Amino acid sequence: MSDVLEPFLAATVRTATPLALAALGELLVERAGLINIGLEGAILAGAFGSLVGATAGGVMWGYAGAVGGGVVVALLFAVFAIWLKADQIITGTALTLLSLGATGTLYRAMFGSSGAALSAPGSAPVAIPWLSGIPVIGPALFTQPPITYVAYLCVPLIAWWIGGTHAGLALRAVGERPEAAEAAGVHVARMRTLAVLAGGVLGGLAGGTLVLAQAGTFAEGMSAGRGFIAIAIVVLGRWHPLGVALAACVFGAASALQFAFQAMGWNVPYQLFLVVPYLLTLAGLAGAVTRTRSPAALGKAL
Amino acid sequence: MSLLKSTVFLVAAFAVLAAMTAALLLAGGFPVGSALVALWSGSVGSWYALTSATLVRAIPLMLTGGAVAVAFRAGVFNIGVEGQLLAGAAVATAVALALPGGGALTAIAALAAGAVAGGAWAGIAALLRSRFGVLEVISTIMLNFIALHTVSYLVRGPLQEPTHIYPQTSTLADAIQLWRIPGAGRLHVGLLLAIALLALTGWMFRHTAAGFRLLAAGDAPAAAASAGMIDVGRTTTRAFLASGAIAGLAGAVEVLGVTYALYENISPGYGYTAIAVALLAGLDPWRVIFSATLFAGLEAGAGAMQRDANVPSTLVTVIEAMLILAVIAAQALRGRVSFLAARPAARAAT
Repeated sequence: MSDVLEPFLAATVRTATPLALAALGELLVERAGLINIGLEGAILAGAFGSLVGATAGGVMWGYAGAVGGGVVVALLFAVFAIWLKADQIITGTALTLLSLGATGTLYRAMFGSSGAALSAPGSAPVAIPWLSGIPVIGPALFTQPPITYVAYLCVPLIAWWIGGTHAGLALRAVGERPEAAEAAGVHVARMRTLAVLAGGVLGGLAGGTLVLAQAGTFAEGMSAGRGFIAIAIVVLGRWHPLGVALAACVFGAASALQFAFQAMGWNVPYQLFLVVPYLLTLAGLAGAVTRTRSPAALGKAL
Repeated sequence: MSLLKSTVFLVAAFAVLAAMTAALLLAGGFPVGSALVALWSGSVGSWYALTSATLVRAIPLMLTGGAVAVAFRAGVFNIGVEGQLLAGAAVATAVALALPGGGALTAIAALAAGAVAGGAWAGIAALLRSRFGVLEVISTIMLNFIALHTVSYLVRGPLQEPTHIYPQTSTLADAIQLWRIPGAGRLHVGLLLAIALLALTGWMFRHTAAGFRLLAAGDAPAAAASAGMIDVGRTTTRAFLASGAIAGLAGAVEVLGVTYALYENISPGYGYTAIAVALLAGLDPWRVIFSATLFAGLEAGAGAMQRDANVPSTLVTVIEAMLILAVIAAQALRGRVSFLAARPAARAAT
């Protein structure tokens, strides 16, 4: 059994990592009262940025490039949605489109459209001593690329920051009652801008994870809807970091089922597995929305 | 809208697009001169390019652009036009293949089935929105991916051509294919259908109670509801379904008029371009005719730019996105109360 279970758990954590990173970023954005559909674009820009960085200077520069790509998209979102008070949904949709076109164009211009397998330096798994020795879950949870451990750390860190610090309280106030927060001396636009930028950093890292720790290369449109799934994960995780991490693992497990079924030799059309995350998103949202409460000012400009 | 205003709008928009394209080409270090020549010759430089490249592409963009306009005007963010188009294309193909001997009757049945399928695909998101409060932006995008993978399955499984070699269906019988317009190359009668449908929609917006209810529900849902005459929920659901039906028809028309078979990449993202088409047209169905033609020319020209000047065709996507951003920035700066400001923001997101 463990020869199926162990790879299944490892694949779950692997696919959950970028989803969790992106969703944690979107969580900060939504707690500040914004909804950034452009997250998909930030992931894609991060993926492309990591390719540029990694081919120039190795894995660390790859992650730096990923952050850069995500922040550029986030900054554009901040300019339009916060400063110009444009509609957030349309801004986000346009930014996703922009990112799709820009990364595709730059990729073909810089690396040629020959489709030759271009490989970026990869980020290899690092086994954590002692913890990785735990039977079954040890290798799955603690023999992962370093970015997964960053995601682990982000969960308690963000939970503590939102729940236990003055700045976190201000963030929540901005998302729930922006007028009251403004009256209490919180600079709402600045707070929201910072939240959006933080979301861009994490979204970019999610894209970098896809390239550096998973695919080993870039492909046009490789984010494949993960940004939108991450937004659904925020709802399923009830706007709490721990819930978001668990929801990301559920999605990771759903995707990992594909590998498990293949290993067991089941003969089912592969498209069925490809649609599972999307179906799960729909089912999850239908079940979750009626039972949860979003930040009160979500989606409204101040 | 007067003919003069339409012409001015078209020329101004074309100038802005050409300037943006030139600026991007310069920034990318591409040969601007030969690229623009290719853009011209590939889109409107010859009768063949105008009819068989530009206007053939304009048909699905007119219909999907109209679909987006109907939904957005009602305050429904239907980003799922791409998926609804695919659903329409798949079901229309299935009907056309099942009734090969029916000639024109089969064609009409296939078009109708495509519209119903598009409406039903949108109906899933409409139901999730009205019953469970699921933000349609997310649900329609998820449905786009599901539609794409479903088509991928169909053309490799139940609908695959009999030799089971190519991932596509067999070709539709000649008698089912839409008539071509004589002397206009590959251009087919779907163009007239699309223009008629957009004209009808524009007329309904202005002159019918249903159109008034739709606009009121989109512009000022609270006022529409408290006025007591309009069931906002029902109106927006109907608009959502109508939007999906128009998108499904676009898919059916594409299969019956252009591709004559179903395969995976039947749409090069018409449903996403449609958002730019509709926004550039200010969500006015009449203007969609012009903005769709404009984008069709741009996309046809982009293909030629890629062939002749080695400019990545994805550049068009960048231009589309920049255009959407320019439109919403202009609206925001003018501080105009528009359909965008009146979105039912009180509804819990997602």
